[in-house]
Amino acid sequence: MTTEPLTFPLANAGPFDPPSELMAMREGRPIAPLRLPDGRLGWVVVRRATVRSVLADPRFSARQELRGNLSPSGGSLPPAPPGMFIGMDPPDHTHYRHLLTGQFTVRRMRQLTARIEQLAEEHLDRMAAAGPPVDLVATYARPIPAMVICELLGVPDEFRERFGQQVAELSRQDATPEEQQRTLVGILTYLGELVREKRSTPTDDLLGGLVVDGAGLTDEELTNLAFMLLGAGLDTTANMLGLGTLALLAHPEQIPVITNPDTVDNAVEELLRYLAIVPGTLRTALEDVEVEGVTVRAGETVMVSLPVANRDPERFADPDTLDLTRQTSGHVAFGHGVHQCLGQQLARVEMRVAFPALFRRFPTLRLAVPQEEVPLRDEMLIFGVHRLPVTWED
Amino acid sequence: MAEIRADREVCVGAGMCALTAPELFDQDDEDGRVVVLVTRPEAELRERAREAVRLCPSGALSLSEEA
Ligand code: HEM
Ligand code: SF4
Repeated sequence: MTTEPLTFPLANAGPFDPPSELMAMREGRPIAPLRLPDGRLGWVVVRRATVRSVLADPRFSARQELRGNLSPSGGSLPPAPPGMFIGMDPPDHTHYRHLLTGQFTVRRMRQLTARIEQLAEEHLDRMAAAGPPVDLVATYARPIPAMVICELLGVPDEFRERFGQQVAELSRQDATPEEQQRTLVGILTYLGELVREKRSTPTDDLLGGLVVDGAGLTDEELTNLAFMLLGAGLDTTANMLGLGTLALLAHPEQIPVITNPDTVDNAVEELLRYLAIVPGTLRTALEDVEVEGVTVRAGETVMVSLPVANRDPERFADPDTLDLTRQTSGHVAFGHGVHQCLGQQLARVEMRVAFPALFRRFPTLRLAVPQEEVPLRDEMLIFGVHRLPVTWED
Repeated sequence: MAEIRADREVCVGAGMCALTAPELFDQDDEDGRVVVLVTRPEAELRERAREAVRLCPSGALSLSEEA
């Protein structure tokens, strides 16, 4: 067994394969030292059972100021600003989360199905009008989640296009840190204006609801909540759609499983299990905790690998194979514990609509370039494809 | 008799229960937190109840099983 620490970030071994160093840990090495971007030494865990127990353990904190910054710029992070509850612990986390959970229930999200179907058809019409080949990320995978979240938040029509462009800027490969900062400030400024507008003229949408329902949230809190929903909901869903389409095109015999209304739900869960979109999340020990026979000291950070936990042979037989018909329940693609994805029911509905609609409209859909030429988001925090050139028989 | 208990203060409204066992669980329309529809599930629904308890991310659910 090697004692050299692994170093974050670890590159995925391919479009559908988590980092090979972490996959190798499944052979009897459930915890390993990991060097974080700020130079600190932490740990990484990969078993599904360990990942779930760390994420459910209140002795492990999600407070962002306790852990290193994952982005390549490194450096330490300030405490989460008011409203950004993804980086807080209970009771602060619970206070904010409970204000939003009513908006993201299974029932409410299913009620959006018809509207999302309509959005998907509109974007498919545009694709058809443009004619092959097109970049599926720019024409379909990115705009649908962006439109949905804009409608949910209540971003008025006339701003959506510009706003969508700004948000897309955030994940541009070649942007300088200054450009990124400028885009970020632009988005926050716009959301701040939107919040003030909602206060003067409340509307029937998420932000409108939050300003009037007496929750006592400040403009700053509301702006940050909106920003967090955008940050957490856009790249994730967009990359599931982009990389998911690549996976389906690589396994065309399974496409009928996802276009069949009786099996689409399970097919989506299997794509969530199989694709390594979110590489993991971090928790910091508040006291010494035993994990897999190792003492994680107070102050040390543990990275939980969600993709490798989703390939745990203890739970999933033949875990490295995509099988849209398998029993998928219990995957951890949305995390676990009190931070488990707030938007998961929305993401599910978007995928249940968008994948079948795409393959029904273009049954002959295929890659327009060899698979090796599809640019992977290796350097981004959320994995996926930058572009997906596709074509079809007209 | 098996009995489902739900702690609404702990619940984070993730909806895994309503997704996994819609016959047993719903979510409150206002706050998104769990609503138990059937407190004492029939034998044939008990495995679904157990699965929902296992999948609940926050530990809000429990099933007491007496012989
Ligand atoms: C397929 C798409 C998505 C994936 C794979 C995903 C994944 C995740 C994961 C793994 C976490 C847990 C992070 C942690 O424990 O540190 C999370 C949290 C979160 N997600 Fe998602 N997400 C998706 C879509 C969405 C959407 C559409 C929204 C909202 C519109 C959203 C909003 C959130 C929020 C607000 C949190 C923080 C919850 C909390 O801290 O309590 N996500 N997501
Ligand atoms: S699964 Fe657990 S946390 Fe989620 S709504 Fe049900 S009881 Fe609440």
